[in-house]
Parts: sequence; C-alpha cells; structure tokens
Amino acid sequence: MIDYDLVVVGGGPAGLAAALEAKKNGIERILILERDKYLGGILQQCIHNGFGLLYFKEELTGPEYADRFIKKLSGTNIDVKTGTMVVRINRKKEITALNSKEGLLFIKAGAVILAMGCRERTREAVRIPGDRPAGIFTAGTAQRYLNLEGYMPGKEVVILGSGDIGLIMARRMTLEGADVKAVLEIMPFSSGLMRNKVQCLDDFGIPLLLKHTISRINGKDRVESVIISKADENMSVITGTEKEIPCDTVLFSVGLIPENELSREMGLSLDKATGGPVVNELRETEVRGIFACGNVLHVHDLVDYVSEESEIAGRAAAAYIRDGLERREREIIVERAENINYIIPQKISFIDREREMIKFFMRVKRPEEDVRISIADGENKKLASYKRDLLTPGEMLVINFPEKLIKDNTEKIKMFIEKERR
Amino acid sequence: MEADVVIIGGGVVGTAIARELSKYELKIILLEKEEDVAMGSSKANSGIIHAGYNADAGTLRGKLNVRANPLFDKLCSELKVPFKRIGSLLIGFNEDDLKVLKEKKENGEKMGITGMKIVSGEDLFKLEPNLNEKARFALFAPSAGIISSYEFTIALADSAVINGVKIYLDTELIDIETENRRVLGVKTSRGFIKTGIIINAAGLFSDNIAGMAGDNSIEIKAYKGEYHLFDKKWGDYVNHIIFPVPDRKSKGILVTPTVHGNLLIGPNFYAVDDKDDLGVSSAGLEEIYQGAGKLVSGLDRRDVIASYAGLRAKTEGDDFIIGHSDLVKGLINVAGIQSPGFTASPAIAEMVVDLVREYLAREKKQELRKKDYFQSELAQRPVFTEADLDEWDELIKKDAAYGEIICRCEKISKGEIRDAIHGPVPARSLDAVKRRTRAGAGRCQGAFCAPRVLKIIAEELGLKPTEITKKGGNSRILLTETKGLLLQKGEYHDD
Repeated sequence: MIDYDLVVVGGGPAGLAAALEAKKNGIERILILERDKYLGGILQQCIHNGFGLLYFKEELTGPEYADRFIKKLSGTNIDVKTGTMVVRINRKKEITALNSKEGLLFIKAGAVILAMGCRERTREAVRIPGDRPAGIFTAGTAQRYLNLEGYMPGKEVVILGSGDIGLIMARRMTLEGADVKAVLEIMPFSSGLMRNKVQCLDDFGIPLLLKHTISRINGKDRVESVIISKADENMSVITGTEKEIPCDTVLFSVGLIPENELSREMGLSLDKATGGPVVNELRETEVRGIFACGNVLHVHDLVDYVSEESEIAGRAAAAYIRDGLERREREIIVERAENINYIIPQKISFIDREREMIKFFMRVKRPEEDVRISIADGENKKLASYKRDLLTPGEMLVINFPEKLIKDNTEKIKMFIEKERR
Repeated sequence: MEADVVIIGGGVVGTAIARELSKYELKIILLEKEEDVAMGSSKANSGIIHAGYNADAGTLRGKLNVRANPLFDKLCSELKVPFKRIGSLLIGFNEDDLKVLKEKKENGEKMGITGMKIVSGEDLFKLEPNLNEKARFALFAPSAGIISSYEFTIALADSAVINGVKIYLDTELIDIETENRRVLGVKTSRGFIKTGIIINAAGLFSDNIAGMAGDNSIEIKAYKGEYHLFDKKWGDYVNHIIFPVPDRKSKGILVTPTVHGNLLIGPNFYAVDDKDDLGVSSAGLEEIYQGAGKLVSGLDRRDVIASYAGLRAKTEGDDFIIGHSDLVKGLINVAGIQSPGFTASPAIAEMVVDLVREYLAREKKQELRKKDYFQSELAQRPVFTEADLDEWDELIKKDAAYGEIICRCEKISKGEIRDAIHGPVPARSLDAVKRRTRAGAGRCQGAFCAPRVLKIIAEELGLKPTEITKKGGNSRILLTETKGLLLQKGEYHDD
C-alpha cells in the first residue's frame, strides 16, 4: 500500500489545477493518476484557440493552456503516474489502480479529488435509427483522428447537434477540405457558445438547421446518406418533412456526460441534472475528504471555469488534510426554480469568515431574455438579485453571492429567474 | 484446391459443423463471404440457450433443442466461452396465459425436460422483484441459459482451425459445379475448390446456395428482430430470462441479463425483403421498449447504450431443413435454422456428421474415421476481471501489454486486443476486435478507444491506418491522411 496525502484522479485541466493549488496550500505528498499516456486531457486535441481569455487574460490553444499547468507541475514534487487506470475507489479513500510498469497499485489517500472529466453522448443517447455503417463518429473522436492521429475521417459531413465540439469540428473539417453540408439541432436554439456559432458556422457559410434532426442513417459499409426531418417542440420527427442528404460521415455532438462510474461504484449520490456528485461549496462530496471538480462534476462551457473550480477543490482538500475546515452546524440547501437546469454547489456546508463571495455556477433550461436572477431565503425573503440581458443553456451562468447575506439560522436558499419588470 | 468437405457459411451452424467434423480424418474448408465468422444471424440474436419446451416434440426444432441444451456446459468449458444457466421465466398475466404455461410445461416434460415448475404470487416476485406488478404466474425452466452468441461462434471456429479446418474469410461462393446432378466442386472468389461434399450452412442465403447446385426446393425469408442493450448498471435488474407468452410467429419480446452483465430487451418480429437490411427503426425500437415494459417495470431508456437488429432465416414449413438434397448428390442442406437454431447448433452438427458418414458409406464406400487426436480445449486467453486482481498483477509483470488499458469502459488491455488480432481466426477490424475482447462494447461505444484499437490493429498487422475497417469490405474508418483532401483538390499550398 502506497501512502499519499492527496490523490487526484485525472490529469486533465481539473486535476492539474487542483493538484497545483493543493501544493500551493502546503500539501507535500500529492499523486496524480492519469489513464492516458500524457497529461492535459482532452485539451491536447483541442488545437483551436479561445482558451484562457478569463484565466490567463490571453487567447491560447488547448495544448498551450494545458502546457501552462504541466510546466508549473514539473517545478514541483507532485508525483504523476500516466498510463494508469483507476479500477476502484472506496469510501475509506483506498484506491486500486493499474499500469503496465508497476502492475496493480494499492494507494491510501488522506484526501481524494475526483477529476475524471466527461465523455460524449453517442448516437444511442439520441436514438437515431437506421444502419450501423462506418463513418459515424462522436465529434470528439473525429477530432482525435484529425488532430492527434493525423487522418481525415470523412469527406462529406453532416453534424447532428450544435454542441461546441461539433461546431469546432465543422470548421476544422472544412479547413481540411471536407464539405460540411449542415449542422442540425433539434432544439430551437444552438446548444453551443454563441462565439462558436459565429466563428465556426457563419464565417464558413455552413447552415445551422434548428428544429431538425436525423431520422435515419443509410449505408451498408460506409455511411451513404442521412434522412433529415423537421422536429416539433416535443422533439418528435414531423413526418412528411424528410429530405435526403448524401454524405459519407455523420458526427454527433449531442452533449457530454460526466464520467462517474467510479463515483457510483463507491456509492456517491449523483445529481440527476448535472450527472455529477452532489457537492457543497468547497466541492466536497457527501464523503468527507473526497472532492470533485471540473467536468466530472458538471459540464463546463469554458476550461477557465474548470481551472477556477478545481482550485476551490484543491484549496479545500489542503484545508481538509490540515483539519482546517469549519463546518456549519446545519447545511444550507440550495434550491432552484423550474427554469434553472442545475446549480453548483447544491449545498453550503462551511463557515468561512475570510471569503466574501460564494460563487454559483448554473445553467438555464431554455434561453431567457431580460431577466433578473434572484436569491431568496427559506421565508422567500429576497437576499440578492442580478440583472442579465440574455441567458442560454449553452453558456454557464456565474453568480457571486455575498457570504454575509447568509445568517447562522439559514436552512435553505432558493434561486429563481424572472422576467425583468420594466 | 481440394477438400473432402466444403462448408458454406461461418455462422454458428457452419462453425459447429466444422468443429464436429474436424474430429474425423477429413480435409475441410469453410467459406465465409464476410471478413469474420459470426457476421449474420449468429451475431445479433438474443444469446439464449433455450430449455426447449416451445417447439412440438415432433419437430426437428424441438428435438434438437432438447438434445443440445445439456451439451453447453461441457462445450463452453472446453471453448472458454462464458455461459450462465440462469433459468427462464415465461410470464402469465391471466388464466388463459396459465393454460398456455401448463401446456408448455407438459410439452417440455414429454420431451424430457426436467425441473420445470409453475410459480405464482409472492414466490414469483421473490424471484424477480422488478417484474410488472400485473404478472401472476410464470413457467420456470431452470435449464435455460445465457451466452454470447458471437463469442461462442468464434470459439467454435477457432477450435475448428486448430484442429485442421481451413477457414477462408472474405471468400464468396460464385458457383457450384455439378455433373449428372452430383457435386464436383465450388467456384469461389479465391479460385476453384474440388470437393465431393458441400454443406450448405449459408443462413439467410442458403436458398441461393442450393439454387447454384440446381436445388431450388428451398425458400428462405428474412424476419427482422430489433434490440436495445442497456448499460451495465442494469445488469442485475432481472435474474432470469423473462419471456412473454409467445404468439404464433415468435417467442416474443424478452428481457434478459447478458452474460457480460448488461440488460438486453427485444426482439420484435417482421418480414424484410433485403437480406442485408440490419437497420433499426423508430417504430421497432418503440415496440420493443413497450413490449419489455409489459414484463418488467421501471426501465429507463436513457441508459440504452446500443440498438441493433438481427435477421431470422425462416422457411415456409417453419421447421429446420437438415438433410441430403433430393436433387443433387453431395449437397447437404442445413437451412431454415431459425430459433432455437443457436441452441440446437451442437446437435445439428452431430446430425450432419451422421449425414456425412452415411453419404461416404453409400456413395464412396468409405468409412468416416476418427482422428487419433482431437484438441477439444481452447487455451484460456487472459481476461481482466476485477475479481482476480492478483492474477492480473502477475500477468502484467510477465507482459506489460496487459497493464495498458485501451478500452476504459470495459477495462480491456492492449494485451487482450493483441491476442485477438493473432487468434486462430484473426480479428482484423474494429468490430472483430470488439466481438472477441469487448473493447468498444461499453457505454461510450468506442468513442474513446476506437482510435487506439485502430492503431493497434494497424501496427500488429503491418497495415496503414487508412486500411483498417469497421467490419471489412468498404467500411474504412479513415479516408486520407491529414491534408489529403486538400492535396486531391489542389488546394494545399505548402509555402
């Protein structure tokens, strides 16, 4: 059994930032376990720019963003094991992992940070009927083939879903000489960042067909065509609107799922809305000393927020290890109104005299214009309120809530979004 | 080329026959038009070893099912294929159903099936807590089991190969040559093979094959069945194979755990014209979801990780056709092997050996002689299980490739993938690797591991990544190297 103060599961942007922050806060024996051969996670295949505007105040590519953290890491004594797959974690913070050099590893941790990231939803998640030929990829897999392996997975492309990776890949494949015929989105609005829609589709004349979906994929060996159809507000195909588009490739960019198999196996309860563990404001799960941050917790729109969130978890893990956390007698439950998809954190558990703000990350269910986001206490007394011109499900909403508005006897706070009264 | 016996078709029937015949002094060639064995009905079916109470005692389907069922324990232990005899429950909702259950029980007992009983009420829900609350009775058949149909078929083929059978993949039968209504040989995409005996185990296409020899007595129709496969977190949602009361066409939409710990629902049943049509339809998937919901409550479709369809090969007469062709000497037809054909396959193979023996004795005055040595066991390939970590640790220390996890959903190592690529029937495509190792069969459906598996196949076989396919033929994954399209279009400027 190997012993560490802190074990970070995952060496992507979340794990890197969390480990570095814990180190900065005085923790000495830290281990990062990464299943891939290299650190940096999915950033390594994101060779486009747009990373770091918030965190570094400059525009970087994915590998550059990752490299900033990896360089910092190399100046520390943080241990890293790449090519190492974690098989099991239990609530006593005992970790079973394996790699090709050392075989099975049994590790005992003082604290654990879960930073496993997320995976892409597949064709099955959206139940697209038809054949099962070659040429059907998730957008991220196609991105890996193209940017890391150096091969073109398709020539004539239809993309289902307007998630950010799909939009990025529409541009990337166009630049490589492919004909991207359309991006289809079943909802009446794009699910990606506005800037990606403009820079990746509009600038290249690629049509975004809202309220459309693929109703069938055709092809015996390789994709030959797709049938596209209009969809109604219940996301059902409207019969009679079918149109065939010849193509050899279909990319799916239909959302991401936090990768929580290890969390589930150790019995952590997961929030249905986020797909990640339920956490308090320090990103601690219901097991004390086990934290979660980054896309394993909820799918972020920008990596900059992943870094910021992971630093919260890294600092908290350091405080936990030093026994420096002051817990509230009673946790404050964070409730949300119907039009809010999720809020992180789901509860507030600590007293911290030094912090001024508690930061909430949230997403709305549908676009909202000219609204006020309000926070009320258990008696529906409004504590704070924030005006926003436009909220979309594709962009995370960040709210800084003054800590001093929380009273010792507060049991819950509730967030809601209302039309701004004029 | 020359062979004593040419088997057409590398499904479970063809490979079971190949393995059984490989126990004898015969030169055997098996032809398969696809790039792997188990590419037709043997790939996409329910993976059930049926108890056998369904078909009438007088039919071949009934007899061979009951004969074959007990053979699976030994066979699967020899072939190192996972098999679990978990038992089945045929669910009844009312008194009419109960009558059917009793008839089935009686029919089964007449054929010698033991251990069946009718359970009801509380006892039933103790066996299956997640059953639809309206369920009232069930016919419990302890001898039913679950298996991976393609792994079993591949193992039969591997076993046949190590016992001397030549399997030619990607090899299409072009014609059958006969003289005076007697088989002379087969013309294939690889050349002519002289043979006196052709075993037609071509599944959906066995009517075409018989036709090539001049026997037009068979007509096969394809009936599609669609399936949903659920994430492993549903693997213990039911404990048995759950059947509805069958209708006249099929055994109905069932719910079963799979031998790898997923949950499978399906199949529906409808005729299709195109025997290559494996597409799934919205209506069909809805039908199986609703159908499964009648048997168990609480399924959540969001956890479906794969949907697929298989085709059944049915004849007009509704029974298996196994025997010498009446029209062409040397042609043995094994056709119309619909459900429970998978279960019956070992018994079908035994029956075909008898037919070959009889034919050789009658026509050639030859005796079918057993080989001195038959290698019945396949070597156990290393398979990672969390149950035995110590053994895994030792293995990694012997060969580091077993410590490099390639498929993270199913936890499949590079070593296991490499073994599959170099197996007796080698895996040369992503799907072929998936069927042998489960790399890509998990919840992300290969989104993560496909590029890595592709690279390993290319490296191991000395091919370019652009040559690797999903499932043979024109199913290439990668079209060109980066910049290849721009070069083709004259739009690449390297300055």
